[in-house]
Amino acid sequence: MKRGYFYSRKLHSLLGIIPLGFFILEHMITNYAAYDGGKAAFQDSVKFLNELPLIFFLELFGIWLPLLYHGVYGLYIAYTSRNNVGNYNYGRNIAFMMQRITGVITFIFVTWHLYQTRFQIAIGEVSHEELGTHMNDIVTQPLMFVVYIIGVLAASYHFTNGLWAFLVSWGITVGPRAQKVSSMICTGLFVLMSVLFILSLIGFRSQEFEAAAAAVQQVQSVIG
Amino acid sequence: MANTMTAAKTVKFVVTRQEAPDAKPYTEEFEVPYRPNMNVISALMEIQRNPINATGKQTAPVCWESNCLEEVCGACSMVINGKPRQACSALIDQLEQPIRLEPMKTFPIVRDLVIDRQRMFDSLKRVKAWIPIDGTYDLGPGPRMAETKRQWAYELSKCMTCGVCLEACPNVNDKTSFIGPAPISQVRLFNAHPTGEMNKEERLEALLDDGGIEGCGNSQNCVRSCPKGIPLTTSIAEMNKDTTKLMFKHWFKM
Repeated sequence: MKRGYFYSRKLHSLLGIIPLGFFILEHMITNYAAYDGGKAAFQDSVKFLNELPLIFFLELFGIWLPLLYHGVYGLYIAYTSRNNVGNYNYGRNIAFMMQRITGVITFIFVTWHLYQTRFQIAIGEVSHEELGTHMNDIVTQPLMFVVYIIGVLAASYHFTNGLWAFLVSWGITVGPRAQKVSSMICTGLFVLMSVLFILSLIGFRSQEFEAAAAAVQQVQSVIG
Repeated sequence: MANTMTAAKTVKFVVTRQEAPDAKPYTEEFEVPYRPNMNVISALMEIQRNPINATGKQTAPVCWESNCLEEVCGACSMVINGKPRQACSALIDQLEQPIRLEPMKTFPIVRDLVIDRQRMFDSLKRVKAWIPIDGTYDLGPGPRMAETKRQWAYELSKCMTCGVCLEACPNVNDKTSFIGPAPISQVRLFNAHPTGEMNKEERLEALLDDGGIEGCGNSQNCVRSCPKGIPLTTSIAEMNKDTTKLMFKHWFKM
């Protein structure tokens, strides 16, 4: 018999953690620099990432292709499940449904976010140095700020709950106690990620990221 | 006086009915005289004896299946008040009224509450849920099973292929070919047996095929629904481990 489903599902599960899980953690830490160290720290982080060797291939094989596969195959998985939370309102069954809902939200959000940021850089509309200011333009719009908060919450949930499921699907957490402990750790990680991402968004709203402030800074550096 | 009051007490039912496998389902209400210690089966028997619905109209008796009447055969599984379970162990005194009876729609419906669980027995064949002991000569006794192992393996052997776990699973549906929790747990059972273990890879191979173990989405409804309390999610995770190992073994042997 055919084995296609087994391997494609296994690959979907693996890519969600390696490399996409690592990427979202890296992305969270980079963004948090905007809150923690301000504009200079954020600029440094962006510069560091873009100076990594073979950055194009790192992005291609570490982010874009895994994201495309995980996203599209994930939509198929979400489509094939018949959610039944009405009759079975158990915690894990709700998490099962949430995993699919947040997956779809994350898919839409990431597509939009990629278009707004990475794509704009690719077509030369925004430079790496202007990214902070560009984010400030976006998240100071109240609607966009809400969209981004929903997006980061959905992505954090999808990753941390997916990590829990990954541990089961690869036979690492087998018994109910192991699964309970891993669920508590994953919940903790979800809270931590949500806080750091939201703080980053707040960081981008600060004055120093504003375009006018940037201009003043430039002038100051020329004079100074 | 007390006698008339008991006689007046009735039990209300809303039954989802269907005249043929592809007929349109509809609901019909019934009111059955209450007797102490009634279960859903005895109420259905009452409807069979006196097939008159709540509006007082003569109707075809409701069809259902049952056998052992002690929750070990799995034949009378149906959805009672939204949850799949055995009708024989569903006591009227413990149920909210009106009692809603529906067939387990995950399976093909034959008529009314009667379903066709053939796919479950096909799955057992597919995963080779047996222990081959035949030879051309007397093979002698097999290896002994450790008592500690026997204790948990016995729990898995309580599965009666009733279909409740498949009905509760959100991933067993017409859009997927997922085999369901019960046969995966049976692979673990037969692979735990010292003689069965000799053919363990054959059973794991069956779980690697399309519609096998990959269909599990970890909703864990199965373990919450199993009337026998079988640790189905532990079995699935254990088989996840074994199939993953087998996958790597295949790759490194190539």
